[in-house]
Amino acid sequence: MEDFLYFFSFQDSSILFIVMGITLLGIGSAYVGTFSFLDNKALLGDAISHAVLPGICLGFILAGEKNPFFIVGGAIFSGALATFLSSWLKENTKLSEDSIIAVILSVFFGFGIVLLTMIQKTGNPEMAGLNQFIFGNAIGILEEDLWVYGSLSLLIILTLSLLLKEFSLLVFNAEYGKAIGFPMKGIRVVFNILMILSVVIGIQAIGVVLMAALLITPGAAARFWTDRLGTLLILAALFAIISGIVGTYISFIIPQMPTGPWVVVSLSTLALISFLFAPKKGVLFRFISRQSYLKKTHKEHVLKSLYKAMEEQKSGLQIQELLSMYPVHKTETLKSIKTLNKTNQLTVKEGFIELNESGKKEAKRIVRLHRLWELYLNEYMNIAPDHVHDSAEKLEHLITPELEELLDNRLNYPKLDPHQENIPRDHDDH
Amino acid sequence: MMTIDTNAFLIIFTASLIAISCGLLGVFMMLRKMSMTGDAISHAVLPGIVIGFFISGTQRGIEVIIGAGLLGILATLIIDWLRKKAKVQLDASIGITFTLLFAIGIILINMLAYKVDLDQECVLYGEIAYLPIDLWITKSGFSMGPRITWLAILNLLLVITFIWLLFKELKLTSFDESFGIVLGIPAGAINLALMSMVSYTTVSSFEAVGAILVVALLVVPPATAFLWTKQIKSLIKLTIGIGIGISVIGYYLAFWLDSSIAGMMVSVAGFVFLTSAVLKSKKSKFKFGTQSKEEAFSS
Repeated sequence: MEDFLYFFSFQDSSILFIVMGITLLGIGSAYVGTFSFLDNKALLGDAISHAVLPGICLGFILAGEKNPFFIVGGAIFSGALATFLSSWLKENTKLSEDSIIAVILSVFFGFGIVLLTMIQKTGNPEMAGLNQFIFGNAIGILEEDLWVYGSLSLLIILTLSLLLKEFSLLVFNAEYGKAIGFPMKGIRVVFNILMILSVVIGIQAIGVVLMAALLITPGAAARFWTDRLGTLLILAALFAIISGIVGTYISFIIPQMPTGPWVVVSLSTLALISFLFAPKKGVLFRFISRQSYLKKTHKEHVLKSLYKAMEEQKSGLQIQELLSMYPVHKTETLKSIKTLNKTNQLTVKEGFIELNESGKKEAKRIVRLHRLWELYLNEYMNIAPDHVHDSAEKLEHLITPELEELLDNRLNYPKLDPHQENIPRDHDDH
Repeated sequence: MMTIDTNAFLIIFTASLIAISCGLLGVFMMLRKMSMTGDAISHAVLPGIVIGFFISGTQRGIEVIIGAGLLGILATLIIDWLRKKAKVQLDASIGITFTLLFAIGIILINMLAYKVDLDQECVLYGEIAYLPIDLWITKSGFSMGPRITWLAILNLLLVITFIWLLFKELKLTSFDESFGIVLGIPAGAINLALMSMVSYTTVSSFEAVGAILVVALLVVPPATAFLWTKQIKSLIKLTIGIGIGISVIGYYLAFWLDSSIAGMMVSVAGFVFLTSAVLKSKKSKFKFGTQSKEEAFSS
């Protein structure tokens, strides 16, 4: 608790610095990552983040110390090489994109390991800092390095915000962008540079192996909450910031613990919550809405059967008769009868079911929609009368009052459907 | 007793065995466009290795292999769940799954660092150079030779048996999954079996080449072979050849430059791949003034 207060009251200015740094780089990578997620290129970020390792090592060898400029320069160089190679291979070989990314990722990483072991064997005392790049250590970032990385993050965020329209064109409809005169190739180059930059600064805190998570997961999670690009970017950035701070806090209280894994775990938790509980797109929500839709169709089928019985001059149906119409859905049918009874749409007397006034009205509506749709398919789509039933079985649950009005109007308020059955209307009885 | 040369031979021999096992499985992964799933599995087995290691107290325990195998299958199932049930796009599902499982693995290593002698660098890069001193000693005290070599032999035998038994099924489902299903082949089960073999191979090899470099051996030799041939049998033969080649050259280069053997093997593989890609690329053919038939159609 003491640690918690100490950390979050920001008495220590270096903690404040680091949290600001993490926030900036979280926003930067979440922005870039969300765009590449929308572009269906999520794994390219993974390839780039593995691919910067040899560049970092080369920068270290050239500078002889952990100089941020050499390291960023080397990382940008090898990241750019990897991006270039992957698009070159895609154009010039028949390999699938997924193989290309896997090859680039593993070869660059392997070469990085070679350089890393070579540096290790030279016994350079600065070497210890280099290992941080593999798993990341936000607490270990030096203050002067933080200035470099922080301003690079700001640059990324600014560029993305200023060129928002261009990048949206790139990920949503590059062909259209080209047609209306945007230099799409140039925009892609700028975007790739931003991606490499965000990887380079991100690995300080997350490490090369797990950097992909900071690019992919925020966008994928935020996508479940919204369809609007602006909201999407803000949410993704928010997720990245929260998990960045959680990761930093944990490696602050447990010093030997790397930051990266904890950032990833908290990001994934947020993502899992989004996948499960987000409204509209979440698994739970879709399950519930499917269940309620199924319930509605069962209810409507019961009403329809009762109405058809009335058309055959019966006043209602025995429960057994009704159950035998839907032999595989016995429990659902019984449940529907119960709810309909509760809402006073039908009455059950000694096993005999009759429609009430409100039930009759609702039943009429469903039968009317069914038959209207059959007639529409027959007249406007030229589908034979014996082929229209299945489609109408589905659409009768979906057609809105507005659409009903439109259909009725188009068909000129018909009396009979293609099977010469009456299309029931509310004023029939009067 | 052992001279440098027997050591060199043992290392190259073991490396070749591992490269062949990975390459054989990698061919089918590549044909299924599942190379990145292989990558994901090799990252995702990490927590299984750590937990197995913690339970058994040794790297040699059967628990390690079971743990990793279970995690590999779990990773495949999570990717599938995310893609089909939560409707996340495939590449993002892969990215989310493997980063999460790998992160959990690293956290476990750090939490149990004082209880288990498992070093995260060893898990990541492996060190095949120590192979000749890690001997399999029987209870009677008789040395049977390097333990990892035996593991690699067992692994290769299992992989060969697996592919030999299921060759037809693997081939069919790789090229046309729906056709395979129509013929009554349980494509889902075949897929899971392949993934389990990949996880097992990853575990069995990680001590020698590290969890991440296993990916390279899974992916790069088959991709290189694919640049030269499209026939599945020659694809397999070429992959085996490349696997042996990179082991030999990689070892001597690493010896000469005093560097990581596994890393060097991958670098050599990358070099071979890149050379092949340049030689076989559409552009270079254009430069030589010849045009293959396929190009004539596509242009």
